[in-house]
Parts: sequence; C-alpha cells; structure tokens
Amino acid sequence: MLAVATPEVLWWALLPVLFLSVGGLLLLTVASLVRRLPDWLPQAWTVVTGLAVLVACVPMWCEVRDEGPRTTLAGSVAVDGSTVLVTAVLAAVVVAVALLARPYLRREDLPGVEVYVLLMLSAAGGVVMASADDLIVLFLGLEILSIAVYVLAALHLRRIESQEGAMKYFVLGAFASAFLLYGMALVYGATGSTRLALVAEHLSATVLVDDSMLLAGIALLLVGLAFKVAAVPFHAWTPDVYQGSPTPVVAWMAAGVKAAGFAAMVRVLVTSLGTHASDWAPPVGVLAVASVLVGAVVAVLQTDVRRMLAYSSVAHAGFLLLGVQAADADGTAAVYAYLVVYALLATGSFAVLTVMGGDGDAAHHLDDYRGLARRRPVLAGAFTLLLLGQAGVPFTGGFVAKLGVLAAAVADRGYWVAGLAMLGAAAAAFVYLRILVSMYLEDPDAEAADGSTGPAVPLGARVVIGVACAGVLFVGLVPGPLLDLARDAVPVLVGS
Amino acid sequence: MVVTTTWYLVLAAVLFSMGSVGLLTRRNPLVMFMCVELMLNAVNLTFVSLGADLGDLGGQLSVFFVLVVAAAEVVVGLAVIVAIMRRRPGATADDLSVLGG
Repeated sequence: MLAVATPEVLWWALLPVLFLSVGGLLLLTVASLVRRLPDWLPQAWTVVTGLAVLVACVPMWCEVRDEGPRTTLAGSVAVDGSTVLVTAVLAAVVVAVALLARPYLRREDLPGVEVYVLLMLSAAGGVVMASADDLIVLFLGLEILSIAVYVLAALHLRRIESQEGAMKYFVLGAFASAFLLYGMALVYGATGSTRLALVAEHLSATVLVDDSMLLAGIALLLVGLAFKVAAVPFHAWTPDVYQGSPTPVVAWMAAGVKAAGFAAMVRVLVTSLGTHASDWAPPVGVLAVASVLVGAVVAVLQTDVRRMLAYSSVAHAGFLLLGVQAADADGTAAVYAYLVVYALLATGSFAVLTVMGGDGDAAHHLDDYRGLARRRPVLAGAFTLLLLGQAGVPFTGGFVAKLGVLAAAVADRGYWVAGLAMLGAAAAAFVYLRILVSMYLEDPDAEAADGSTGPAVPLGARVVIGVACAGVLFVGLVPGPLLDLARDAVPVLVGS
Repeated sequence: MVVTTTWYLVLAAVLFSMGSVGLLTRRNPLVMFMCVELMLNAVNLTFVSLGADLGDLGGQLSVFFVLVVAAAEVVVGLAVIVAIMRRRPGATADDLSVLGG
C-alpha cells in the first residue's frame, strides 16, 4: 500500500474554524429536517458557538505567547497572535450580530435560520482568511467570507434595495476577487511559490533581474484587497450596499469583513512582501489619504445616516491603511488596535441604526433622528458616545486608535500622509456633529412629538450597545491592555 | 516558431482585459457573469502556464480551487438575479438604480 504523507495538523489551532463551520452546517441541517424550529434556538446556537470560539481563543493566545508562533497544515495556516486576535474579534461580532438579528427578523417578518447559518459560515471564512499563510488559502477564505455576505446582503426579501445592493456588491466583489487572484498568480510566477513564508524567503535571498511580474502582481493584489476593505477609489459599492442591506448584516460587513480584510492585507503586504515595501508603501499611502479625505467630505453631503456611516467607514479604512503603509511592527500593531476599536464602534453604531430603522428598515433619514435626545435619552447618549468615538475625541477608544496609526505614520516619516489624514479627521468630525445636532438641538417632528417615545429597544440591542459603549470608554481611559495585546498580535512568518 | 510561456501569459492577459472591460460595459447580468468567468479562467491559464514553466505542481493545483470557487460564486449570483427578476422581469444593470450611487 502506498503511504501518503499527511501534513502535521495542530487541531487545537483549527478549533475556531471547526466550531464556526460545523456550527453553521449543523444548524442548517437541523433547520431543514425539523419542521418548526423554536424561534430562539438559531440565535442561541449562534451565540453559544461564538462564545465557544471566544473561549477557545484564550488557551490559544497563551500557547502562542508562551511557545511562539507556528504554522500548521503544511505551512498553509498561521498560528500566531494575529490569527487569535482577529478570530476573537470576528467571534465577538458574530455574537453581537446574532443578538441584533432576532428582534430585527421578527420586526421585518423574515424567515429566521439562514441569517445565522450564513453568518457563522462567513465568519469561518474570515478566520481562514486572517490565518492564511498561503495565497490560495487566503483566496479561499476570502471567497467563503464574501459569498456568504452576498447572500446576507440580499436577505431582505421585500426590499428591492436589498437585492440591488447585493447585486452591486456581488458584481464588484467578483471583479475584485479576479484581480486579487491574478495578482496571486503573478506573485506565484515571480517567486515560485504561493506560500507566504517561501515568497518572503525567495525575495530576501535573491535579487530579481526583472521584477516587472512581481510588481504587476503586487499592484493587482493591492487593487483586490483595496476593493474588499473599501478604500478610495475602490469604494463605490460601499454606500449602496450599506444602504440596501439589512442593518444587522451591515454591522457584520463593517466590523467583521473589514477586520478579516485588513488582517489578510497586513499578512501579505507587510509580513510577506515587506522586502518590497518601498514599492507598495507609497501607493498604499495615496489610497489612505484619498480614503480619509473623500470619505469625510462625501459623508458630509449625505442625508441618509446609513450612507453617512458607510462613507465614514471608508474614512476609517483610510486610517487603517495609514498604519499599513508604515510597513513596520509599530504600524501593524496600530492597525490591530484600530481594528478592535473599530469593531466596537461599528457594531455599536449599527446596533443603534438597527433599532432606529423601524418597520421596513426605512427610517434612516437624518430627519428621523430629530429630537431623539428628548424621546430616547439613553439611546441618544449611547449613540453620542459611539459617534464621538468614531470622530476620535479624546477619552474614547477612537482617539487611542487614531493616535496609534498617526504616530506610526509620523515615525515612518510620512509627515504629508499624516498631516492630510488629520485634516480628513477634522472634516469627518463635522459629519458626526451633524447627527448630534439633529439629535439634541432640533425639535422632533409634530407626529413624533405627540406622545410617541421613539422606537423600542430590544434586550439584545441593549446588550450590544452597552458592551460597545463600555468597551469604547474603557479603551479610551485605560488604553494600555489593548496596546499590549495589539503589539503581541503582530504577525510572524514561520518557515517550515 | 516556438510557442513559449510568454505567449500563454499574453493570451491570458488579453482574456483578462476582455473580461474586465466586458464586465464594466455590458448591461445584461448574465453576460456580466460570463465576463467574470472569463477573468477567472484567464487567471487559471496564467497559473497553469507559470506552474509548467516553474516545474511546480502548485500552479495546476490552484486551478481546482479557483474552479470550485467560480462555480459557487455563479450559483449565488444567479440566485440574486432570479430574486431581482421576480420583482422586475427583464431588468438590466441600468434598472438597478433605486439606491443613490
């Protein structure tokens, strides 16, 4: 009998992916076999799965910290601080979105199992993407993540906007994936391997006589990744998709998809192609500045709060790119700290929007927020804190995050980039101010004024908004633990 | 005349460009999907010819993954189209303009 050499598998390191994918498939199977599933079961199952992943991350983190990073499955999956941190962020967002989804589905009268299944499968893809040590594995993770999100975006059956957003997301997403894949093929051709460790090894050991194929590959990779994280000029889908999709799903797109995308970007660009940073860092810097400025300025012109937050998410992507273009350990650590804070801010903000959407998920105009402080003081207060955090006001987590990436850019002598980004941050503050003015200084509409107290806030949304606000405040007041965590999460390439 | 790897790479680049231009200019959703397929298969051709050039199996292996992903992607895309066509028979990409972008 022919012996087949099987690679060594660190099962404990694959637990998060296994939990999420098996959890999702199990739920799908049970839901299709049982005629009527109790309403609470899919949500509870998703929350338990997400929490199980979070718990599994603790021993993984300790193991990685004590024993050092390593790679498994024949060098295709990295087990390092970056993997564990991003996995934990994704799992936390899954729990939050599951908590938001049930009251939303009941309010909109939508069927209830698919959201949870797709959410878990999408998160499994995100974890694969964040831990990929091989370009093909990265592509697979990205597609598992994206394909599930395309369906999630189209999930609101009675809103044509939902399907329209999904169609736009799908076409541009497929376009971006093809570019990314072409970039991978060219990098493979130039270096002879798709494994990130071998790519880095090859690039540091040899001087390419003709590096045009490598440069073209890097450029295409950059285009593909910039589409996924919604950086200008590849951001066109963001406002439409954020406006059209069910609001809890948008929370996942903003927090989860972006975290996985940046984890992959850091691993490929900074860690693997770090020797060629002088080639890719300037374009990334341009993307960063363009994203921050365009995101902030165009957000001011919007009247739909979801579109405002979509453009502000573009601006956030710009700040994250600022950390990436520094191309060193400090910049990377700043990106991870920013990702954690942004996950808190985005899930919290879109939780508020889920609540405010009202029947039909339609009440997202700026006017719908008029006088919210009088009708729902606690909700308005929480939203205020989250918006101030997004603006980067001191004593909130947003300040710590923005300071980190700006400091990394300045340390790298990117004075121009950092200066322009500061300008963008100031312009973005105006957007958040507009929402605040609407909530506090304007009188509610006549119909809203007579007796109505505004939308009811379900328990799940209360928990999510509360935790997000507490997290943002905690990071703002005691930034030390998060910064230490982020510094330990800088990805490392381990050769086999 | 000898057909070298470069020829294949150039052919793949041409196919990829045709796909991407088609995706951006065509209005029929189904033709847009065909353009996505064209782009992905151009990449497959690149992978295979580079793999053969390098004497490495990885390039040919990648094709299998890409094929599966492309199939899954089209399934989802067609489902979204069906959902839209049910509401609006005969819709083209230009009709998708409820959202502001």
